[in-house]
Amino acid sequence: MKGSTKKKVIQFFGFFLLRCCLFLVLAVLLLFLYDIGSKGGGAISWEFLSTAPRRGMTEGGIYPAIIGTFLVTMITAVLAIPLGMCAAIYLNEYAKQSRLTRLIRLSIRNLSGVPSIVYGLFGVILFVNILRFGTSILSAGLTLGLMTLPWTITASEEALKTIPNSYREGALALGATKWQSIRTNVLPYAIPGMLTGTVLGLARAAGETAPIMFTGAAFFLPMLPKSLGDQFMALPYHLFIMSTQHHAIVQVRPLAYATALVLIVLVLGLNMTAVIVRYRLRRKHR
Amino acid sequence: MTKKTTGRLKESAIRAFFFACGVLAVIALLGIFATLISTSFPAFKDIKLSEFLLSKNWDPTSPEMEEYGILSMIMSSFIVTLGALLIAVPIGVGVAAYLSDVAHWRVREIVKPVVEILAGIPSVVVGFLGIVLFAPLISKIFNIGHGLTALNGSILLAIMSLPTIISISEDSLTAVPPAYGEASLALGASRWQTLFRVKLPAALSGIIAACMLGMGRAIGETMTVLMATGNARTFPQLPQALLRSVRTMTANIAIELGEVPYYTAHYYALFAIGLVLFVITFVVNLVADVVLHKYQEREL
Repeated sequence: MKGSTKKKVIQFFGFFLLRCCLFLVLAVLLLFLYDIGSKGGGAISWEFLSTAPRRGMTEGGIYPAIIGTFLVTMITAVLAIPLGMCAAIYLNEYAKQSRLTRLIRLSIRNLSGVPSIVYGLFGVILFVNILRFGTSILSAGLTLGLMTLPWTITASEEALKTIPNSYREGALALGATKWQSIRTNVLPYAIPGMLTGTVLGLARAAGETAPIMFTGAAFFLPMLPKSLGDQFMALPYHLFIMSTQHHAIVQVRPLAYATALVLIVLVLGLNMTAVIVRYRLRRKHR
Repeated sequence: MTKKTTGRLKESAIRAFFFACGVLAVIALLGIFATLISTSFPAFKDIKLSEFLLSKNWDPTSPEMEEYGILSMIMSSFIVTLGALLIAVPIGVGVAAYLSDVAHWRVREIVKPVVEILAGIPSVVVGFLGIVLFAPLISKIFNIGHGLTALNGSILLAIMSLPTIISISEDSLTAVPPAYGEASLALGASRWQTLFRVKLPAALSGIIAACMLGMGRAIGETMTVLMATGNARTFPQLPQALLRSVRTMTANIAIELGEVPYYTAHYYALFAIGLVLFVITFVVNLVADVVLHKYQEREL
């Protein structure tokens, strides 16, 4: 009898401890969002979102940085989404269990573990120097695209896996070729999920700094980029500068907070968009 | 007949196209490795490999004697990462155990996406919060001049690797066959004993893999440590090092690559640091992968 009471007490405290772990994690997240929301919210205005920085970046807004991040994320999408989807189609629809397939999967998993600064180094050599794109939107976007690729492949494959085999077999039984069965009976149902996953990857890419620092992001530019060959300002890099490199760090802290808020809203907003897109497309197919 | 042949040709062309996209992943990984090797190779014309890896002094712009030792950066990277794991592993595994065994399924449905939000916060924002939130706190608690220390970096990296550790640990705990738990409960063990002595050991390999993936992420993280650890070029000595400024490998590349003249020994040496970083994360991820794979095969 005594033993069982002891057991119950230990269990009570054990579970209590686990619950504390969870509350701690949730508290940290709340603290993050509250701190940035409350201190950044005050500095946000239409002017902040629609004008360039002024007076050595102590006043004005972040318009060029928003545009720069948008453009570079577009390049990332153009590279990573189609390639990621096609690679996933190969892995899920065509690939057989072979050594080569295992090697491809291993490479994808390892690519997603390569540090972002190493992608930056690679981008400097391949895109900036060898391909002579210079430090530009194009170089930075392609570097980010390469970094995003393993995420988009994995996400797209997850989506393809959810399509039941009977869909494929139904088309094949009617005499369709492999590609016809994929195109008519697999892709229409898989694309919503594929898009959701890839947009989540894009959101992560939009918030990255290390890969674009040396491939195209600029400290400050007085005007918007005119072509993909120009340098650009980017939100994450702008936040880095405003919080560590600026000559009047304390004075511009409110601007840094506001930039952080815009960046978080953008990234989490992209996440929400992905979920909504998936919902809409699914309804259409019913 | 000809129609059939063109159809077949088309099919195999399509297949070849998708195959090329798939193989691109292998090419990319090899390409990164080859680029790092070929770009860091020239550095070792001027620098001895033993000096590079074993010397504590890094001073590439010294007017008298340029020094290229990265040992203090390797140590700094490991100290910050180790600190992060010491914080993140107990908390992360605790949350995973809570979610898989104690929590109501509705709680789980809510908490999982919330943890995903944490993973979605950009590293530069986490670094910023390190500067404005945690550093002042650390400086106050330990009564030191400023809080931009290894400990600050460890706390932030712990927060960043939590989502990885939580989600993979939870997956491996849920994958433990229900019979294990049922047998333990039937023998009169409490739910806590079952969780602690049966399920956690059964899921151990998955949990270890989760921690290693978190570790890989922490070693390679750049912006957070660059912003939050102060970047002093000194050799870290435990245990004081946790409350001192340190400069990790990633931070050093980020600081110096922007200012270094192209095609100098210094430039190549920065790529050599990148190569070291690549090799370390590659090995960590590969080991995690093997552990996770074995574990999954056993389940099947």
